[in-house]
Amino acid sequence: MSKTYETVIGLEVHVELATKTKIFCGCSTAFGGAPNSHTCPVCTGMPGSLPVLNKQVVEYAMAVGLATNCKITQYCKFDRKNYFYPDNPQNYQISQLYLPICRDGGVEIETAAGKKTVGIHEIHMEEDAGKLVHDEWEDVSIVDYNRSGVPLIEIVSEPDMRSAEEVIAYLEKLRLIIQYLGASDCKLNEGSMRADVNLSVREAGATEFGTRTEMKNLNSFKAIARAIEGERARQIELLEEGKKVIQETRRWDDNKETSHAMRSKEDAQDYRYFPEPDLVPIVISDEWIEHVKARQPEMRTEKMERYQKEFGLPKYDAEILTGDKSFADLFEAATALCGKPKKVSNWIMVETIRLLKDNEMDPDEIPFSPENLAKLVNLADSGAITNTVAKEVFELVFTEDIDPDKYVEEKGLKTVNDEGALRATVEQVIKDNPQSVEDYHNGKEKAIGFLVGQTMKAMKGKANPAMVNELLKELL
Amino acid sequence: MDLMSLTAVELGKKIKAKEVTVEEAVNAALSAIEKKEEAVHSFVTVDREGALARAKEVQKRIDAGELTGPLAGVPVAIKDNLCTKGLLTTCSSKILYNFVPTYTAEAVENLERAGAVVIGKTNMDEFAMGSTTETSAFGATKNPWNTEHVPGGSSGGSCAAVAAEECSYALGSDTGGSIRQPSSFCGVTGIKPTYGTVSRYGLIAYGSSLDQIGPIAKDVTDCATILETIASYDTKDSTSVKREDCDFTSALVDDVKGLRIGIPRDYFGEGLDAEVKAAVLAAAEALREKGAVVEEFDLSLVEYAIPAYYVIACAEASSNLARFDGVKYGYRTEEYEGLHNMYKKTRSEGFGAEAKRRIMLGSFVLSSGYYDAYYLKALRTKALIKQAFDKAFAQYDVILGPAAPTTAPKLGESLSDPIKMYLGDIYTISVNLAGLPGITLPCGRDKNGLPIGLQLIGDCFQEKNIIRAAYAFEQTRSYEHSPLAQ
Repeated sequence: MSKTYETVIGLEVHVELATKTKIFCGCSTAFGGAPNSHTCPVCTGMPGSLPVLNKQVVEYAMAVGLATNCKITQYCKFDRKNYFYPDNPQNYQISQLYLPICRDGGVEIETAAGKKTVGIHEIHMEEDAGKLVHDEWEDVSIVDYNRSGVPLIEIVSEPDMRSAEEVIAYLEKLRLIIQYLGASDCKLNEGSMRADVNLSVREAGATEFGTRTEMKNLNSFKAIARAIEGERARQIELLEEGKKVIQETRRWDDNKETSHAMRSKEDAQDYRYFPEPDLVPIVISDEWIEHVKARQPEMRTEKMERYQKEFGLPKYDAEILTGDKSFADLFEAATALCGKPKKVSNWIMVETIRLLKDNEMDPDEIPFSPENLAKLVNLADSGAITNTVAKEVFELVFTEDIDPDKYVEEKGLKTVNDEGALRATVEQVIKDNPQSVEDYHNGKEKAIGFLVGQTMKAMKGKANPAMVNELLKELL
Repeated sequence: MDLMSLTAVELGKKIKAKEVTVEEAVNAALSAIEKKEEAVHSFVTVDREGALARAKEVQKRIDAGELTGPLAGVPVAIKDNLCTKGLLTTCSSKILYNFVPTYTAEAVENLERAGAVVIGKTNMDEFAMGSTTETSAFGATKNPWNTEHVPGGSSGGSCAAVAAEECSYALGSDTGGSIRQPSSFCGVTGIKPTYGTVSRYGLIAYGSSLDQIGPIAKDVTDCATILETIASYDTKDSTSVKREDCDFTSALVDDVKGLRIGIPRDYFGEGLDAEVKAAVLAAAEALREKGAVVEEFDLSLVEYAIPAYYVIACAEASSNLARFDGVKYGYRTEEYEGLHNMYKKTRSEGFGAEAKRRIMLGSFVLSSGYYDAYYLKALRTKALIKQAFDKAFAQYDVILGPAAPTTAPKLGESLSDPIKMYLGDIYTISVNLAGLPGITLPCGRDKNGLPIGLQLIGDCFQEKNIIRAAYAFEQTRSYEHSPLAQ
């Protein structure tokens, strides 16, 4: 490669909103019902049915717009996007083209290259489509309209990103903001957050953009990073060979780490957008905007400050805990129950994160309740169980969400403070380890540590470590 | 006594007074249908069993004192583009030849709550596209005054059923004149209410921003009573309007003293049949004699209404009719290879020529590159037309004119020249573009004995003005039963 190239990336991010009901009818948005069980005449496109806008969708869209510094379009409208496909029962999608609810915003991201702002061109509201299932055996396709009419927002960025790292930073920032707002759980693997990557390359220093492609089917941050690298390399190779990049939509295959063309601009459909006549324009008053602003929950920066001030946590702890809303929620709930913020923080930052990693789980998949974490903190902090036991019990809290109080009681794991029992064990340990005893008498202070360890082992970790220490010193 | 010769309100009174049972009323309608359908073909579906079962239930509730309204027990016919749960609803199209809705349209529910008995679904132009009821996939409806003539359209089945006295009253829908023009051709009375007065929930959409459901009956009293019953604020229809002034029957007073009536000169120019003109002007004179202030004025923009209407209505229709694709319900072609071939064949075979013409026209005007030149321009024209009416209503309470340039044409005359057919909508469509209420009632007959209709237009939400004027005019003549009614 003789020239240096710059990658230019813009994202279209679809986020499924966390409303209880669909955008244009009262059907449930709950995941996993029997096919077509969450449907009605409206979301199955029955003749004569009419959409009625769910106000909560507007409020969530406004909240995301306000949190990403957008201007709210105070007179906004829905439009129909016309295309034929069976997952879309009306053969048009109700979306926004001409007057999207939010425009001209941006978020600040931080990467190794420093801080920068990624502009947000617009955020618009729309409805999701149903799901087609192709039965190869019967050679038929069947459709499930449970997802039809689930509310989405599409966040369209400016072409402001220059690397996969920036893209991931932008997505993580968006996800955090939206999770904090409670507007969505933003799970890429479940499709409640989906990103399409628009990418072009140009020679370093060029002022015109190159021809871009749009990449779809990106189900994880890792897939997004790989797709960006792959597409960048593909486009550069084309240019180096003197060929042209074709404006097209491509589908990423993360297993093969390649993409293939889905459709080019030439066969792009004419969606024949026009204003949705079945819905009235949405007029958003200043008061409504203020109302949404006032109800905006505490965002990360404020939370981070509060954790340091209110709970006396170190900045490092506050950063990690607020880095994912699930951590913050767990921390606050458990602290409220046990009143020991730093201890709760330690359990989250060390053991919880370790076990999540080991089990390849995301923070929002934390499987235990704050109640059980609080109980464990109390047990460990009061000395009722030793640290060793506490760690063992926590693993069970993590995997099975057991009640630590009950478990410790049933299994008899409470720290042994009974001097008689301890003394007998210590005596036995001294007897069994003459070499260590000798080392100790020869001035090797460390040897006592080994003997403590042996005693704890013999007591299955339940011995009061302070008492074991004292007894050892006495008997030696 | 022929129960079907009574108005709906008269029949309702007799039922309430226990002079007539609901079953007798329904049987009268059913036997009238049996006798006349072959000649008139007003219905797509007659629900004999459902109506008789419903009659018993309604009678019980009347006897129990639960149903006391003026329409309790009175048989009604419903245009076949209004969804009726469990009852075939076809829009007179092959593509919905077997469609049975899972729910009932709000307007029909309102009637049923008042004790109405639905006896069947009436024929129409396919998807309400047409002015003659000849575009129905199930054959044309005939005019009860002369079966060689069309009943008008698209609510031709509803108007013919009322004129032939196969039902006491009917519901229609009006997108560009589809209640008023066939009412005029059939010598009955019909109201197109202000947009948003009657819920569109369950009305299979043609032009969503123009469609309104309205009553068709023998007289103004019936129409006001029916409209009072079907009008409702419906949270299922975002364009529904909350109104506190739906007591339309309070306007049934024979007094037009001081009522300001404007006659647009633009409505009496070229193309208007001389006999129609004479009858309509005579009606204006009758109102003047009763004390109304009648003046001529220039409305303007009338010639732009037709192109604007066909652009907007067809654009919306092209999208509204997209759901009829053979996937979920209705007609699907027998043999096909793959999805797109199935779509193409189903829609090619399922839609008639007029529906296809309007889908193509609508798709064209919304295409990228043409949107601004056609669709946006039409929307601007619509806004200007509304302004012209606003200006007129600053001066007048009611605008008076014909409902159609001619009386009913002969069967087969109109479809050969669609442009000419579209021009026939000139006096009705601007009312839809501006969202106004309009009423049509008979005001005479031509030399061939065909009815002539008078149209009265009111400002938005001012139905009472046109009801009052129509009622006062109606008192100057008596209702003429069509030859098929006897």
